[in-house]
Amino acid sequence: MIASLSLILLCQLTGEVIVRGIGLPIPGPVVGLMLLLLLLLARDRFALLARGPLRDDGVENASRGLLANLSLLFVPAGVGVVQKLDLLAEHGIAIVVILAISVVVTLLATVATFLVASRLMARGREKS
Amino acid sequence: MSDNPFSLWVYLSQSPLLWLTVTVLTYALADAVSLATHRHPLANPVLHSMWIVGAFLLLTGTSYATYFAGAQFVHFLLGPATVALAVPLYENRKAVAAAILPMLAALVAGSVTAIVSVVVLAEAAGLPRAVVLSLAPKSVTAGVAMGISETLHADPSLTAVSVILTGIMGAIIVTPLMNRTGITDFRARGFAAGIAAHGIGTARAFQVDEIAGVFSSIAMSLNALVTSLLVPLAVTLLVP
Repeated sequence: MIASLSLILLCQLTGEVIVRGIGLPIPGPVVGLMLLLLLLLARDRFALLARGPLRDDGVENASRGLLANLSLLFVPAGVGVVQKLDLLAEHGIAIVVILAISVVVTLLATVATFLVASRLMARGREKS
Repeated sequence: MSDNPFSLWVYLSQSPLLWLTVTVLTYALADAVSLATHRHPLANPVLHSMWIVGAFLLLTGTSYATYFAGAQFVHFLLGPATVALAVPLYENRKAVAAAILPMLAALVAGSVTAIVSVVVLAEAAGLPRAVVLSLAPKSVTAGVAMGISETLHADPSLTAVSVILTGIMGAIIVTPLMNRTGITDFRARGFAAGIAAHGIGTARAFQVDEIAGVFSSIAMSLNALVTSLLVPLAVTLLVP
């Protein structure tokens, strides 16, 4: 458990170092995600790596534990709304309506593009 | 029991322990309610934890800074949780590899729509420039959006609030919207949730379907990259 958490933190730390080091416009944890993914893929190729947290679903179980409660992690930032009550009193309704419309439009545009592209791909595959 | 309950309160209200406990306990209750209602969209645990804790802070006259000193331990885990998204991605790598082209197309379409729609609507509603800029990165995860907001000299704390509101609304709307429009491809549904509503959408997607959750988490990570690049561009083009 501790070894698995260490591995996750180490991936994040390395991600931060890389991002800060070469000034990438990407968040450090996203680079950490890619590093952990590469490690997991490399483990399947090289038996040498399959030890410690990379053995017996160690890091997999720790990650599942974290992700099972992903919503909780947004609560502290969300409570920050108490600092913005005066602004929300002034523009709150407009902001909420705009965000709601934008979310619906974004959901529909994304899902439609995904479905059209996957249908075109399937058709292309049938022809070839 | 202390002779002076007030001094006990003064001590506890300054310690991280109290606010960490309040955060986790409130969430545990909100999550239990969500589970009891079979994960009804309106029983969103983030939404209800947020107003309950917020009301508690206002009633006790506690500042957000004091609260955050305790709650930061939970907030910090957003980073490791992002890294942990590698695991569902790894476990579903075959499904992901098979859908790489639709994902890239949907990523571009969704990311552009998310930014342009909010900037154009906010301009049309006559919101102040600082508010428009703060809303622009609202579809990416909180840490990234706040970073973008800083580089635009906008208000990162307003950005954080708009990010959470967007996430909650997306998580509430996505299931009824997709059911109503008859979309049954959980890859597409999850991907849309991740683009529009980042981590809160992803948490929702994992509740509904494992594959939807995986696609949502990929969408959220990719969107973090694309939005960081697109927002400065969109703002220069759209905000006078």
